Amino acid sequence: MADYKNEFGWFAEKPKVEKKIYDLNKVAIGLVIFVVIFTIAFWKNLGKAIPPPKPELNTPAILKLPEKERKCVEDLQTMRERHMRLLIDWRDQVVRNGDRTYTNSEGKKFLVSLSNTCMECHSNKTQFCDQCHNYVSVVPNCWGCHQTKEQQVAKAEAK
Amino acid sequence: MLEKALVGTKRYFALVAVLLALIGIGFITYLYQLKFGLGITGMSRDVSWGFYIAQLTYLVGVAASAVMVVLPYYLHNYKAFGRITVLGEFLAVASVTMCLLFVIVDLGRPDRLFNIIKYPTPNSVLFWDMIVLNVYLFLNIVIGWVVLEAERNEAPPPKWVKPLIYLSIPWAPSIHTVTAFLYAGLPGRGYWLTAIMAPRFLSSAFAAGPALLILLALLVRKYTKFDPGREQIQTLAKIVAYAIIVNVFFFFCELFTVFYSRIPEHMQHFYYLFYGLHGYGKLVPFMWLSIVGMCFAALLIVFPNIRQNETTLALTCGLIVLTTWIDKGLGLMTGGFVPNPLDRITEYWPTAPEMIISIGVFAIGALILTVLYKVAVSVKEEIGA
Amino acid sequence: MGINRREFIKLAGLSALLGLGGKSAFELMLPGEIEAAVKTEAFGKEGTRWAMVVDMRKLTDSIAAKCIEACHTAHNVPNYFAPPDPKLALADPLKQRWQVKWIWTDLYEHAFPGFEQDVLWEKLHGMKFLLLCNHCQNPPCVRVCPTKATYQRPDGIIMMDMHRCIGCRFCMAGCPYGARSFNWRDPRPYIAKINEDYPTREIGVVEKCLFCEERLVKGQQPACVEASGGALIFGNLADEKSKVREVLKSHFSIRRKPHLGTNPQVYYIV
Repeated sequence: MADYKNEFGWFAEKPKVEKKIYDLNKVAIGLVIFVVIFTIAFWKNLGKAIPPPKPELNTPAILKLPEKERKCVEDLQTMRERHMRLLIDWRDQVVRNGDRTYTNSEGKKFLVSLSNTCMECHSNKTQFCDQCHNYVSVVPNCWGCHQTKEQQVAKAEAK
Repeated sequence: MLEKALVGTKRYFALVAVLLALIGIGFITYLYQLKFGLGITGMSRDVSWGFYIAQLTYLVGVAASAVMVVLPYYLHNYKAFGRITVLGEFLAVASVTMCLLFVIVDLGRPDRLFNIIKYPTPNSVLFWDMIVLNVYLFLNIVIGWVVLEAERNEAPPPKWVKPLIYLSIPWAPSIHTVTAFLYAGLPGRGYWLTAIMAPRFLSSAFAAGPALLILLALLVRKYTKFDPGREQIQTLAKIVAYAIIVNVFFFFCELFTVFYSRIPEHMQHFYYLFYGLHGYGKLVPFMWLSIVGMCFAALLIVFPNIRQNETTLALTCGLIVLTTWIDKGLGLMTGGFVPNPLDRITEYWPTAPEMIISIGVFAIGALILTVLYKVAVSVKEEIGA
Repeated sequence: MGINRREFIKLAGLSALLGLGGKSAFELMLPGEIEAAVKTEAFGKEGTRWAMVVDMRKLTDSIAAKCIEACHTAHNVPNYFAPPDPKLALADPLKQRWQVKWIWTDLYEHAFPGFEQDVLWEKLHGMKFLLLCNHCQNPPCVRVCPTKATYQRPDGIIMMDMHRCIGCRFCMAGCPYGARSFNWRDPRPYIAKINEDYPTREIGVVEKCLFCEERLVKGQQPACVEASGGALIFGNLADEKSKVREVLKSHFSIRRKPHLGTNPQVYYIV
């Protein structure tokens, strides 16, 4: 018998014990229930086709611009990957540093504001932002405070 | 050793079940508070801290009082307290946990709790309060557990526990001093802007905590096979006696400074609490009960006959716990905020949801206390102490 | 060879502690380095000190009402006394408890407690002083905030970061002027006409007057100053030629609770 540091020390020899599973029935039932609950995300939506998100870019504000000038703050790929990071950087820039000017990679200057810059063009939150956000089940908590400009859009469309 | 909490008498499990039910009801009410906002409490633009923070203040005091058993035993070798240090430390664990929970239920945005860690602000007392409370919790749970386990194995505790114990001795008064500094440094609140706030907090704590510990020790003796010991309870009673006398003295010191200098900014709060101001006086009967009761209890506990008779001692300790609670748990908050900085009065009284959530938090503390005491007492019974 | 349970838990706990503590240690060791790197001139010229003078000789009750209206509509401040939907009307105690006000009026003995006299200048009887956050130079509210959600900008404005505020209300306890309000519930149903160019606030954060910093950046005067028709004067106290400086130098002015050392930047000319 080797020296034990404690019950199962680093280098101690484990004692030779006959292997036996107790209460196998109860364990098996528990395991099955666990696997079922754990994999619910996979089998619950089996057979259902969830359509991919279709963000609608054609808002009245964007359509007013000539084709060549329909550019966002940054290019499409950058916005797709980084718009969340960009918004957080903007938030800190405005609130903590009071700096409301953003110069994009092409040198163009923008007013840093979610509601007054982004939403000016993308005035259709439900058909644009929510499309992808709902698909990946993301709930950004900007909208509790920041405005989606719904009233302004409704007024513009009524005209 | 936790397995000791999983076995017990029917009475033990009945107590646990009742506490779990109270916790459940409190939790559901808290979910409602999360959804609706802190508006379901009685707090207002003028009285922006209420029942929750008041309970935090009171319980920090109870937690700090563990030092009153630890100090005589470890620093002065008062062997008798060896029996009950673990009871004091586990009471501290339950109290500090309740403190932290009261902070969380009081926050407007608990989802942003980690901002205190992400953006540390050393000039804010709340930052230090968070640090000292959490470290104290860690200290007490580790010390209590390790020493108890060593006792169970009838071996001396491991050497590394000693420095932790020595650290916990100055740490205990520091948690309450830091909590007092939350209030004592605010220039706009005359009731709190006094140098004696920290000493008052400490004296009130060292009276209320050991008094509560005496009551718990008597309960332990009644309902379990472990007897904390008559000598231990008597020494605790002597500590309570001195602390409550000092507490009453500090109160009269405050009264003198405020009413001899007759500065309205400071007097008004006392007038509101003890006399009523412009027709508002919800707290007057409570404050008089508190101060008269406290003086009466201080008088009683001085007499050896009353102290040595454990029934009268228990009643006196109960009175001390009640009166110090009214003073800190009701009077301190409202007194500080009424009248407001513009000399206007908005009264405060906790609402039903506020009390249900508070009871839920108290129940969590009581549950932790029950479980830990069960473990401690079972171990003591096992080794035949 | 295997690691036993105890050692593994010890290791995991230690790593978690180091991981959590690491970021704080980083922030503590290099105070402000991250923010300092983005130093901009957006805060106005170096040494700007915004201040406001309330000329009570020109301020009438109706002008004060206009100033309050201008501020509260521009900044989406909820009105619990007159909800847009009558079904949402509240009982009296709740209106008082939940009220949110960035700027309001009160009588002399409440605006300047301690200055009461038995026989007072008649003009001061019933005079309603316009009160707001004083943007103190030595602010107790900033001292106590545990997350720097309220902080002092280089140009003197005491700013609120609504994204960082945890709603602990320590700043409300610390303010000696009662200038701060808390969102005890969701404010949006109680905003009559939402100004879509400015955000609202959510439940659980503290709010107060910010000296219209979003307008200052555009070179405009604060909303209340614009609505006051000259009764409120706002400007840069550090600028030798500013109107505020000239007015303060040529008139006697008082401030609220100056003995507390907070150095408030709202001055009153009576």
